[in-house]
Amino acid sequence: MAIQRVKNSIHCFHCGEECGAEVIYAHDKDFCCTGCRMVYEILNETGLCDYYDLSRNSGINRKQTARPDKFAFLDEEKIIKDLVRFRNDSETHITFYLPHIHCSSCLWLLENLHKLDKHIISCKVNFERKEADIVFDHSGISLRKVAELTTSIGYEPYISFNDIDRPKTMVSRSKIYKLGVAGFCFANIMLLSFPEYLGINERELRLLQIFRYISLVLSLPVLLYASSEFYVSAWKSLKRGFLNIDAPIVLSVLITFGRSVYEILTQTGSGYLDSMSGIVFFMLAGRVLQDKTYAALNFERDYTSYFPVAVTKIKEGKETIVTLDKIALDDTILIHGQELIPADGIITRGNALIDYSFVNGESFPVKKEMGEVVYAGGKQLSSNIEILVIREVAQSYLTKLWNKDEQKEHARKEKYSFVHLLSRYFTWIVFSIALLTTIYWWNVDPSRIWNAVTSILIIACPCGLLLSNTFVNGNILRRLARNGFYLRNAQTIEGIANADHIVFDKTGTLTTGRFNNIRYQGQELPSQLRSNIAELAKQSTHPLCRSISKWADAGAGGKIHAFNEVPGEGIEGMVNGDLIAMGSVEYVTGHKESGKDSCVYLAVEGEMMGRFVFQNEYRDHIPELVACLKKDHRISVLSGDNNGEKQRLSQMIGADSTILFNQGPGDKLLAIQQMQKHARSVMMIGDGLNDAGALREADIGISVAEDSNTFTPSSDAILNAASLPKLDRFIQMCRFNKRVVLTAFIVSAMYNVVGLYFAVHGGLQPVIAAILMPCSSISILIISFGLSNLKAKLLKI
Amino acid sequence: MSAIILLLIVSISVASLFLLAFIWSVKNGQYDDEISPPMRMLFDHKDAITKIPEQTHIKPKS
Repeated sequence: MAIQRVKNSIHCFHCGEECGAEVIYAHDKDFCCTGCRMVYEILNETGLCDYYDLSRNSGINRKQTARPDKFAFLDEEKIIKDLVRFRNDSETHITFYLPHIHCSSCLWLLENLHKLDKHIISCKVNFERKEADIVFDHSGISLRKVAELTTSIGYEPYISFNDIDRPKTMVSRSKIYKLGVAGFCFANIMLLSFPEYLGINERELRLLQIFRYISLVLSLPVLLYASSEFYVSAWKSLKRGFLNIDAPIVLSVLITFGRSVYEILTQTGSGYLDSMSGIVFFMLAGRVLQDKTYAALNFERDYTSYFPVAVTKIKEGKETIVTLDKIALDDTILIHGQELIPADGIITRGNALIDYSFVNGESFPVKKEMGEVVYAGGKQLSSNIEILVIREVAQSYLTKLWNKDEQKEHARKEKYSFVHLLSRYFTWIVFSIALLTTIYWWNVDPSRIWNAVTSILIIACPCGLLLSNTFVNGNILRRLARNGFYLRNAQTIEGIANADHIVFDKTGTLTTGRFNNIRYQGQELPSQLRSNIAELAKQSTHPLCRSISKWADAGAGGKIHAFNEVPGEGIEGMVNGDLIAMGSVEYVTGHKESGKDSCVYLAVEGEMMGRFVFQNEYRDHIPELVACLKKDHRISVLSGDNNGEKQRLSQMIGADSTILFNQGPGDKLLAIQQMQKHARSVMMIGDGLNDAGALREADIGISVAEDSNTFTPSSDAILNAASLPKLDRFIQMCRFNKRVVLTAFIVSAMYNVVGLYFAVHGGLQPVIAAILMPCSSISILIISFGLSNLKAKLLKI
Repeated sequence: MSAIILLLIVSISVASLFLLAFIWSVKNGQYDDEISPPMRMLFDHKDAITKIPEQTHIKPKS
């Protein structure tokens, strides 16, 4: 037993996982599986073992290996043409998405790919996007071989239907260019304006005039190029009959420029070009900060990212590989084990065990026999099956569900930030002040009207509001992302703050989706029998068997005779002399009995021993989280599962919350619509495709991901499962956003009042404008960052 | 006075050079991935990584 324990704590040299009972010892090192050993050998042969020095146990576990012909579709000319970025006579460029990239070792190994095969010319990794740009010589190595090569060292490329005929989106760099240009012009104009601020000798006035002209030239790129963002946004919103914050800003920029040109040409003053370019620079900086996107995350996934590129079609006994869109009605297609079913169909060969958790949230796989209908989106768990397609991919149940709410997308989410509404009031106030000033100077000294009114419009630009908003948003997005909560854009912050009804999905959101929570009821199991059970359970790929095997803890191992598995029913076999059978009641006892399917019955030598009861494993701190959220939210749970967990769930989240079971994807969507009638704003938290409709329908949809490799349906935000307990604090942080923006705005408004005081008197000196502008911008920055960071510290996020 | 004009020309052209350098670096994709270059820098180059693929060869998709 002592030896056993030592053995169990051995970690694989390659992947760092515990080796368990069977340690593979080779090259003075321990490996958990032959896959890991093989990768080590490949690296050792080519002298790439530095891989292990860069970070410890950096390898990717290779226990689950890909099917050998998995990438056979990459031999098809048409698919190659759709996937590659560039190809000429000698080389091909391809970008692979490799979700397993996770550390610096990965980067190093992949960039040394050319050492593994001399036909690979280069490989460059983009870590943020988890992509590798591979250039290879296609006369020496095929695309399929390249994919197999990366797979062989543990980086299996993920190629989905989505990759075909969709242009690669390029990162938008235009804002960064604009920021650079604005910064350049701003700094130079500022330098050239120093004589204006400090005064200049009478004799050198000609020099001053030259400086002014140069400033004018330098301000042209700011006006014509760097500010174009604001023009476009203002024009768009005006066309829709809405006055957004950019409109008064554009007005103010144009008036500042116009007045400056007038002053310089008539030699009456220096204008305010420094202030104008400065404010454009700061506003652009805020926008760049706010719009920083998470390249590795995708908020726009639709069903095509889940489906494979190609499937095996069987025609007159011959297997051919075709792309998904080529599948027509009445085709027979072959689905391999662990593959997703791409279209609705009837099983014509083989027994299927299908995991629909993806589609409807049921946590247990269902058994389907020949002649039964299977739906797209299910994952085949057992061996290969053949299906006859009865509905094309675009017509399947799942796809239709997706398209149904596609149309809605345009109609909704046209909500405006409070900032725009506030800026509107602000604009009206400014206009009235301008009007009053006009009337005043009309009576006193009409020659000063022009001066006074333009000064007001320059000073009263709501750029302080815009600045504080973009900087606070950017900072909050960054803070949340550091805690594993990634928002799609800044508008989502307000959406989260406004939600008053939170809806959870059960499977995969509140629960972990694993079945580690096992209770055994029945006669006591001697330790030898227990390890035999584990050994038998290990033979099956069924998730419940895996958990049993883990629970019973495999021992020394042993030979299994007469192993038999009936998919979806049970398994039996002779282990070390014990005839063990496990499975449904019907399978074990032969009687038909309606029981809950979350039990596995056990019989030894034909005698009933007991049963394993599986309970959903809830994530940590769910009751605490719900208690916190309940203070100012309504809570509901929508579950695709049966109501077996009802009691436990209502204990956990409280009897006053709505809990609905057996909710299909369509039901969830309808339920959200119902709730929206009674709530101000509904937030849905879910995972998987079955929640996709509801996530879109809700005002805010948050998808929960186990880790960053998991594919999440399109949503407004992605939440790391481990950070779920912090959700209440995240919401508080989002609510704080508005207060910080308002505080910063009030402070900047005070600067405006000082400026206005000078302006209405018709004597705004450039030096005062030049001092006020940066002061107000900097105090806004300090307030925005300071307050939001302080709040984050207090909330411990 | 002519000295100031001369200095002015010099200073603005130096600044423009930096602006051009900045634009070049953005165009070159140096701001696209801010995680891998710091890691790549620390690797021992037993033999240098072969040439980095040209970013400009992107196949226009119809």
